[in-house]
Amino acid sequence: MSTVTDTANTPATDDAHGHDDHHHHIPKGLMRWLLTTNHKDIGTLYLWFAFIMFLVGGAMAMVIRAELFQPGLQIVEPNFFNQMTTVHGLIMVFGAVMPAFTGLANWLVPMMIGAPDMALPRMNNWSFWILPFAFLILLSSLFVEGGGPAFGWTFYAPLSTTYSGDSTALFVFSVHIMGISSIMGAINVIVTIFNMRAPGMTYMKMPLFVWTWLITAFLLIAVMPVLAGVVTMVLTDKYFGTSFFDAAGGGDPVLFQHIFWFFGHPEVYIMILPAFGIISHIVPTFSRKKLFGYASMVYATASIALLSFIVWAHHMFTTGMPVIAELFFMIATMIIAVPTGVKVFNWVATMWRGSISFEVPMLFAIAFIILFTVGGLSGLMLAIVPVDFQYHDTYFVVAHFHYVLVTGAIFSIMAAVYYWLPKWTGRMFDITLAKWHFWCSLISVNVLFFPMHFVGLAGMPRRIPDYALQFADFNKWISIGGFAFGLSQLIFLALVIKACRKKGEKVSSQVWDGAEGLEWEIPSPAPYHTFDTPPVVK
Amino acid sequence: MLALATTASERSDLNLRPGVTDISQQVYSLHMMMFFICVVIAVIVFGLMFYSMIRHRKSKGAKPANFHDNVKVEIAWTVVPFLILIGMAVPAANTLIAMEDVSKPDLTVLVTGSQWKWHYKYMDNDVEFFSIMATQQEQIQNKFTKGENYLLEVDRPLVIPTGQKVRFLITSDDVIHSWWVPDFAVKKDANPGFINEAWTNVNEPGVYRGQCAELCGKDHGFMPIVVIAKDPADYEAWIVEQEAIARRAAEEEQRLLAMSMSMEELMATGKRVHDSVCAACHMPNGEGLPGVFPAIKGSQIALEDQEAHIDIIVYGRAGTAMQSFARQLTMSEIAAVVTYQRNAWNNNTGDMVQAKDVNAIMNGN
Amino acid sequence: MAQEAPEEYQKYYVPEQSVWPIVGAVALFLIAVGAANFVVESVREEPGLGGYTLIAGLVMLIVMIFGWFKNQIDESMSGKYSAQLGRSYRQGMLWFIFSEVMFFAAFFGALFYARAIAVPWLGGASNNAMTNEVLWPAFEAMWPLTLTPGGTETQAMGWLGLPLYNTIILLVSSVTLHYAHVGIEENKRGQLKVMLGLTIVLGCIFLGLQGYEYVHAYRDLGLTLQSGIYGNTFFLLTGFHGLHVTLGTIILIVLFLRIMKGHFTSDEHFAFQAGAWYWHFVDVVWVMLFVCVYII
Ligand code: HEA
Ligand code: HEA
Ligand code: HEC
Ligand code: CUA
Ligand SMILES: [Cu+2]
Repeated sequence: MSTVTDTANTPATDDAHGHDDHHHHIPKGLMRWLLTTNHKDIGTLYLWFAFIMFLVGGAMAMVIRAELFQPGLQIVEPNFFNQMTTVHGLIMVFGAVMPAFTGLANWLVPMMIGAPDMALPRMNNWSFWILPFAFLILLSSLFVEGGGPAFGWTFYAPLSTTYSGDSTALFVFSVHIMGISSIMGAINVIVTIFNMRAPGMTYMKMPLFVWTWLITAFLLIAVMPVLAGVVTMVLTDKYFGTSFFDAAGGGDPVLFQHIFWFFGHPEVYIMILPAFGIISHIVPTFSRKKLFGYASMVYATASIALLSFIVWAHHMFTTGMPVIAELFFMIATMIIAVPTGVKVFNWVATMWRGSISFEVPMLFAIAFIILFTVGGLSGLMLAIVPVDFQYHDTYFVVAHFHYVLVTGAIFSIMAAVYYWLPKWTGRMFDITLAKWHFWCSLISVNVLFFPMHFVGLAGMPRRIPDYALQFADFNKWISIGGFAFGLSQLIFLALVIKACRKKGEKVSSQVWDGAEGLEWEIPSPAPYHTFDTPPVVK
Repeated sequence: MLALATTASERSDLNLRPGVTDISQQVYSLHMMMFFICVVIAVIVFGLMFYSMIRHRKSKGAKPANFHDNVKVEIAWTVVPFLILIGMAVPAANTLIAMEDVSKPDLTVLVTGSQWKWHYKYMDNDVEFFSIMATQQEQIQNKFTKGENYLLEVDRPLVIPTGQKVRFLITSDDVIHSWWVPDFAVKKDANPGFINEAWTNVNEPGVYRGQCAELCGKDHGFMPIVVIAKDPADYEAWIVEQEAIARRAAEEEQRLLAMSMSMEELMATGKRVHDSVCAACHMPNGEGLPGVFPAIKGSQIALEDQEAHIDIIVYGRAGTAMQSFARQLTMSEIAAVVTYQRNAWNNNTGDMVQAKDVNAIMNGN
Repeated sequence: MAQEAPEEYQKYYVPEQSVWPIVGAVALFLIAVGAANFVVESVREEPGLGGYTLIAGLVMLIVMIFGWFKNQIDESMSGKYSAQLGRSYRQGMLWFIFSEVMFFAAFFGALFYARAIAVPWLGGASNNAMTNEVLWPAFEAMWPLTLTPGGTETQAMGWLGLPLYNTIILLVSSVTLHYAHVGIEENKRGQLKVMLGLTIVLGCIFLGLQGYEYVHAYRDLGLTLQSGIYGNTFFLLTGFHGLHVTLGTIILIVLFLRIMKGHFTSDEHFAFQAGAWYWHFVDVVWVMLFVCVYII
């Protein structure tokens, strides 16, 4: 796709004093990280932050699974259980998946488009450092008297307004600053892509990860402010006597859900579009064949994003909307299967008659395609209104979204880490550990989430700390799968720590044979500053 | 995985229930149709993928082809899914329209959710009552063995006739709940301040169990629904009997007004009421959940202002989880629970409250 | 084939490290914690540190903004910036404004929903006949909602009079700001100062009148933040708009001071342009507001 002509100009290391005035030594110590404006440092910070949050959110999931291991109340009180569910959801969505993707964007987008850095590097630092504080607030709210938020990550009013605990204000403001962080991060990505492309990097030559992130960033800027709006209404309803969500004042609790899901549905695509981009890099590399249907991939991504604005009420089929609205949202939702299908078919067609090998990133990518499709197909079943009446708020939904989120988003992030880690550190990671991580995760994740379909269909509601006896057998298996999946992630932790301590064999700039894109033409590890003079892409 | 999924269609604790109404059976067949279409798509897509993973692998010396576009194929795999979707949407729309047609009911029940119980009111008769989970706390705490219908049993089930169109008007007193009986394929949110409508027409008599399906706070998991469908004749007999019981209870209430209970009686009844009704929030030890539900033990209101104490139970406190219990408890029960709360857990005020004191606050005489 | 990159790409500018972002992050942290505690404490009427924390955070944020901008101005004045960076700023500002539009969209959405759906349904429209019959038999749907289902009474805010004057004032201020912009571009410093000054004055008058209108609403009309969805949407929409006007006015004042110090040239005035865009955006929001909240 592209030829780089003058990467030779790129200084290989940081001690390039003769060069431009802004070229100094890599700053050292804590201050390097606190003050950094370097996209690679910030990317690293985001990725570590996301990983830590994944472990924290995962630990909460372990509490959930331990409680649900057997019927009866075992280890936690119902109120605390609800806090675990809520904060698990919030942390995984806003603390793990989104920052991980932003971290990848920071690392990769400038390298992929031939830019020296992000367009607004100081703002970039600001967007990152808001996040630890936001989550500090959220987590500390668990220790407030009465406990943290216990109304689900969807914080439906009036449970989150009139009937919520004192920590709600903390929750609201932490969501506010998280939102500020995401919006600034997204603005940075968009502006970088619009304005910092190397000469010759036309839009239809941009790597798909860049394309998908461009569209994701647009979604973020469009919907995060809506989330800020709705939490503001929660705040005023709870503390200042407004009645947006109170019928006595002419409001409507369902109004909350409309505004929330207007944000919430695009949000779930924010968590999957970059994943589509990642997979579209990995599959061609290890099939040694060009990506099938590049243009249709771009159009499909854009259509998914546009459609995502008109399907929000598929989360609300049981709220009593008029039948005509139910039909509209059902059909709009179903249509999303078409562009998503195009993507799946393109990946399969890319593999078709390729020359496939199964390095670790490819293993994760293949698992992604299969398991995401499983989750997508159950999503399609959820879109059918009459049957959604039966599925809604059961473990069938929980199964659906963990398939698209864990074996979708999280697997894609892991695939990305394995794919680009050698580029970041200059060393190959420990392949044996990586394979262990993959196979343990793959098996345990299915033991964890597949039976959730069954208990869901059999009638187990979500967000309950205790359940009727007929669900007991499956829940035991689900919990066992959960613990195993959790332990498997410790392998990943070990592997990443090892890689960061520069263990392992050195790699060349072209880590995988057949990988395409500007990032593979610069040395490994990628120098602290890349592309001081832009490469020319042809 | 697929093998497991197919057995799912045969075993009922693995799959959706076909249910006991025409609608629920339609829903079930929609579900099965969706399921099989999805399985077929999955088999085709994954089949092709595995084929190329096996046949086109590098270790077997596969050489990559270099096509990367094919307009015809791409059009095909855009149009075909569209057609499949239309095939799904049409029957779904038909079923949906039938489900949402609430016109011409034979019978109407007002269903009101509140933290954490259901209230049923027969709109055509003088019958209304609360329905509360009947599973003992000890079973939940793993002290007793769990019964067959653990968490799915209530003190007073809803009773409806078979073969008639029963309409449910569903609403809530506090937060959003959702009234769900899987066997009827009815799940509708109970939104405070609004009424949603749903209906069912049950074919077979029987006992049908469901649960609240919208997170509604601490005891969301302990808010089951039990519906008994009876033959119309049995149902008639039942409703007549209920009306009579309600009348007698009202008379009994009047009679009790004139009587005084002893401290022992008050404390015994009061403990029963507190533990079964109030303890959900204020905890059996009266200490509440700090920050969410206030303690009664040592609280101002329970130590001093007796009228305010009665008042908050009778009228609740607007805009908080503390609801009005006037409909749920009789005057003597309220009197007993107030007495209990004022004397248990070292509150030791020595106060005794009688039904007439409650009546004074409720009716001003 | 080696090929020289076009001139405009030659000078990438990567800003140096700066303390301001981390200061800003801490400031937001203090604001969030402070505001949360302040809200709870003031509702509970309990004493606490929330207010102080909030103020500390705000002060820190202001210091951060000044420090950051000063830094930025110094760098820009010493000619370190490239045209590309200027474009990045401009685009960044436009996307920021887009995010603000979406923030307002949430509240406009609430307004439209209340008018077109919630209130009519409470009055028995659509599939909610029983809602009205069983729960709110006395309630009749109307807009403005001057009598809520819960029985709170209020009066509607008319559009003639103050709101109309305010509309005219804001529209005129957009025009004066436009001429200020023309002034900067054509290097007519006199016109620039007068027109910008005028815009600021108009902004202040607007805010004054808005404050007066609030007093009128609270005192004479019984229209308060607590008086149901009509009052809620009225105060939150006009309130957030007013906050934006305040912010916009402050921005314009800072620009004015910088102009007095001789900053900006006819082709280097990103800060001015950003401020102007912001002002025009706030203006457009008002027009939407005027039509949707006051007139119809
Ligand atoms: C990454 C996140 C993600 C993604 C990508 C999706 C994708 C989809 N989701 Fe999912 N969803 C969630 C995250 C996600 N969802 C979450 C978190 C919730 C719960 C929120 C909560 O309540 O807490 C949820 C809930 C949810 C509901 C509400 C359920 C309920 O509460 O009752 C519905 C209903 O329509 C739904 C539908 C869909 C559909 C149709 C898709 C489609 O995009 C899927 C499209 C993909 C495919 C269909 C597979 C591939 C396609 C082919 C192989 C082509 C051929 C296929 C056909 C033509 C049939 N989702
Ligand atoms: C990207 C998002 C994401 C991710 C990755 C996950 C990951 C997991 N989720 Fe989560 N989940 C959500 C998003 C996500 N979830 C959302 C949005 C909800 C809805 C919330 C709501 O209802 O409001 C939800 C709800 C939810 C429920 C339903 C709760 C309920 O309804 O009551 C359950 C129940 O099993 C669950 C389980 C798990 C498990 C076992 C994992 C595992 O994959 C986690 C694995 C990771 C680890 C375990 C961490 C690593 C290991 C350690 C830290 C060491 C400790 C290990 C051991 C002690 C074994 N999740
Ligand atoms: C669904 C939860 C819930 C249930 C059930 C409940 N309460 Fe309450 N109760 C509350 C809440 C919440 C408050 C605090 C109200 C407030 O903030 O003013 C409260 C307050 C009170 C108070 C005043 C305490 C004080 O110090 O101000 C009394 C007395 C009381 N409840 C008695 C009862 C009795 C008696 C019952 C049972 C018949 C009961 N409650 C059942 C939630 C509940
Ligand atoms: Cu009631 Cu959940
Ligand atoms: Cu959705």
